[in-house]
Amino acid sequence: MSGSESHAVILLESVSHALRAEKILKAAGIRCKLIPVPRQLSSDCGVCLRIAAADGERAAGVLAGRLDYFNIAPLEK
Amino acid sequence: MKTIYLDNAATSFPKPPGMMEAMNSFQRDIGANPGRSGHGRSIDAGRVMYEAREALAGLFNIDDPLSVVLTKNSTEALNIVLLGALAPGDHVVTTGMEHNSVMRPLRYLASRGVDLSVIECSPQGDLDPADLQKALRKNTKLVVMTHASNVTGTIQPVAEVGRMVRQRDGVMFCVDAAQTAGALPIDVEDMNIDLLAVTGHKSLFGPQGTGALYIRKGLEKRIAPLMMGGTGSRSEFEIQPDFLPDKYESGTPNALGFAGLCAGVQFIAGQSLRAIREKEKLITAAFLQRMEGCPDVTVYGPAEADRQTAVVSFNVRNVTPSDAALYFEEECGILCRPGLHCAPAAHRTLGTFPQGTVRFSFGFFNAPGDADAAAEAIRDLLKG
Repeated sequence: MSGSESHAVILLESVSHALRAEKILKAAGIRCKLIPVPRQLSSDCGVCLRIAAADGERAAGVLAGRLDYFNIAPLEK
Repeated sequence: MKTIYLDNAATSFPKPPGMMEAMNSFQRDIGANPGRSGHGRSIDAGRVMYEAREALAGLFNIDDPLSVVLTKNSTEALNIVLLGALAPGDHVVTTGMEHNSVMRPLRYLASRGVDLSVIECSPQGDLDPADLQKALRKNTKLVVMTHASNVTGTIQPVAEVGRMVRQRDGVMFCVDAAQTAGALPIDVEDMNIDLLAVTGHKSLFGPQGTGALYIRKGLEKRIAPLMMGGTGSRSEFEIQPDFLPDKYESGTPNALGFAGLCAGVQFIAGQSLRAIREKEKLITAAFLQRMEGCPDVTVYGPAEADRQTAVVSFNVRNVTPSDAALYFEEECGILCRPGLHCAPAAHRTLGTFPQGTVRFSFGFFNAPGDADAAAEAIRDLLKG
């Protein structure tokens, strides 16, 4: 993930869910990083997963059915 | 004098070296609040908690690690289920071999209008599943029972009861595995267990103050939380999250303890549960064999290593359990537990209420010779 790359974030229910999602994504070879939830997306005090925007669809595919709730949103610079 | 620790059914001792190292490293290198702050060390602390869930899920064949709620012990886990699921007018079924962690909340609930059936067990502590089946009613909401008695080690037919309960719509099956998690195989799918309460400080080789509750997905809708508060999630809302595991995990948890528990469970996986069971069975069998044909010693329970955990309860003729335990410690260096073991119901079943018994409970780290030393100590006491 370079600085110029555009990113998306995966919002999840809690840090436990984010950690589970991180494991699932890494096992599928999708690069991701846990970051604090950007204020413009939610006032939650938790964390979310940042991925390359291009990986959004694949990420949604591997997470579907394994986590009850997640939402992928573009991350604006 | 060498000390021989025979109180593993209360708290296992010693622990695997990796357990202490994991706690040391957590406090030295991480030490932050799990999942509350979003910085790297907070996430690392959250990861430690997640690894503990995953290790437990692996041990009990739980599909989703997020169905593992981390608690402070099995008493908390059981209280979440009993106080959270039962309301006046509901019927609950349990057995006559339960620990007070089940009986006290149930007696309290019974005083508030919950209908309680306690199924009698044999004088050896065995439950006949047919007796339990007869007790099920239209308004039965929950069956709760121990996997093995903390007094006699008697292993109960949990898989059979699980099959039976599964056929009844809307009845939940809760197992108290305080004595068996890490000592006997537990598979929540094969055994049809909906709710599994375990503690970390016994056969899972974790520190005191750690435990867990498995909640089958969907059942969280039927169980109210015991405590509410900060969870690090949904902070913008002033109502408690309704999803697993956050619904039942309010307040900063014992992440330090769960670092240790995780290492303890990983130790079990490394040794293999079967090898642990075999070792504990051998030492239990050796001790039981030495007690055979000893007219002045009464052993309670199955007195058969295959049918019990590494727990043996007994009485020595004309010696009270407390006097015997004091003698064993002062004269023989043996640490054990006399009395009622927080399980008056079980002692009534065995016919040992109110005087209780002496309990020797072996563990994975006992030396094979400890069974001989234990038998020798009883012979010395008898020679008096």
